[in-house]
Amino acid sequence: MNPLALLARLGRAVLSALAAVGRIAIFAFGAFAHILRPPYYPRELFNALLNVGWLSLPVVGMTAIFTGGALALQIYSGGARFNAEAVVPQIVAIGMVRELGPVLVGLMIAARVTSSIAAEIATMKVTEQIDALVTLSTHPMKYLVAPRVLAALITVPLLVGIGDIIGIAGGYAVAVQNLGFNAAAYLQNTVDFLELRDVVSSLAKGAVFGVIAALMGCYYGMHSGRGAQGVGRATKSSVEAAAVLILAANFVLTGVFFSI
Amino acid sequence: MINMKNVHKAFGPKKVLRGLTLEVPKGTSMVIIGGSGTGKSVALKCVLGLIAPDSGEILVDGKPADSGDRDAFLARFGMLFQGGALFDSLTVWQNVAFRLLRGSLKRPAEEARAIAIEKLRRVGLTPDVADLFPAELSGGMQKRVGLARAIAAEPEIIFFDEPTTGLDPIMAGVINELIREIVVEMGATAMTITHDMSSVRAIADNVAMLHDGVIQWTGPVAQLDNSGDPYLDQFIHGRAEGPIEAVR
Repeated sequence: MNPLALLARLGRAVLSALAAVGRIAIFAFGAFAHILRPPYYPRELFNALLNVGWLSLPVVGMTAIFTGGALALQIYSGGARFNAEAVVPQIVAIGMVRELGPVLVGLMIAARVTSSIAAEIATMKVTEQIDALVTLSTHPMKYLVAPRVLAALITVPLLVGIGDIIGIAGGYAVAVQNLGFNAAAYLQNTVDFLELRDVVSSLAKGAVFGVIAALMGCYYGMHSGRGAQGVGRATKSSVEAAAVLILAANFVLTGVFFSI
Repeated sequence: MINMKNVHKAFGPKKVLRGLTLEVPKGTSMVIIGGSGTGKSVALKCVLGLIAPDSGEILVDGKPADSGDRDAFLARFGMLFQGGALFDSLTVWQNVAFRLLRGSLKRPAEEARAIAIEKLRRVGLTPDVADLFPAELSGGMQKRVGLARAIAAEPEIIFFDEPTTGLDPIMAGVINELIREIVVEMGATAMTITHDMSSVRAIADNVAMLHDGVIQWTGPVAQLDNSGDPYLDQFIHGRAEGPIEAVR
């Protein structure tokens, strides 16, 4: 292949990616502007809080408890190779709070909430409900996007906090029941080892991941193509984008909070 | 009065409107006919600002449609969408009273509900449907609810996008009659797009035929059958042979 043609193709791909980043950034800016400016739709916000927060609790709880339990088993068996079985409480705590809690909750929210937001809004677009909103003097960004992004910003850090606690509880249960750890000592080690910075970073990651998850669902829903295929593509793209951005943001935030 | 002057709109390489010029006098009912994909819906959406035209001018009562207070501008319009476009998550009465529950026309919930039930009654639906969700209604009932929503805030201008598509002939006749009655009763300016010739004859004061992105013919509905325009004749008689090429 002609090297210039290859270079041109690469350039087009880079420009297209940059344009997509720009469109998403403008969309995000618009969403936050609509969160701050009246009118507000409290009923829509309440529904979004329910959907993003309350109804995600079972899946977040199940994910966290199994992950905490598995983590305890892994650390115990891995630590046994160099006589470090005793560090299970500390590593479970730090692993859940700093990393696994926020990332797994973020990914579960991407799977559950991003997909549902994208499919709902895309279907509304395909069936002209978004055009209907406009003709009824209601801004779709304000009515559909702002409440969902705000609800994710509020509830996902709470879900991460709950996930962290349940994950640690899962590790505790496995350690005490199966691995012979003393219950009181396990809890004491966990509390003594965790720092405020660990908890703050966990909740901050939750807030960022929540916003990413909701924004991607809304963005791809609002820019959906026509028909069932358009809705399907919007849903798939939203989850892929949310998951990748959450993992990338996790790397950046970990660097920000813990680089020495 | 709605005045569209030399409006152009293209989607990528596809030129949909190529200089559309149309005048809809105040208080009259204009029906736009034309084949699928000729830009009828695009023309309506350009007036509402849902789609921005590439060039040309759209005036509503002499003022550009894209200037001034957008909320106040849209408050003058009601629209019945082809598929109803009812909000799935809201009950029937909340759909009908949508505009009355928020924004500049906001009223107390009880009053908005009472108005919604009155509008439902106006389109032939009983109050017991008010608390159902749109998914629980038949296609004809959804159209009626859409119609009730379009007239709920008593707009000056009402748009109807394919109001009888997907309905059986009897229900289509009922909807046509309702539209005509409501437009006359409210003294509203109406713009309807349709393929259904029975709708045209029932609803229209004036008819415009859109073909190849421009108005091919326009005139009073009484002149529809003796227009002498070969495009219009082919369309209203549903002939495969004629100046309009049918894709087979």
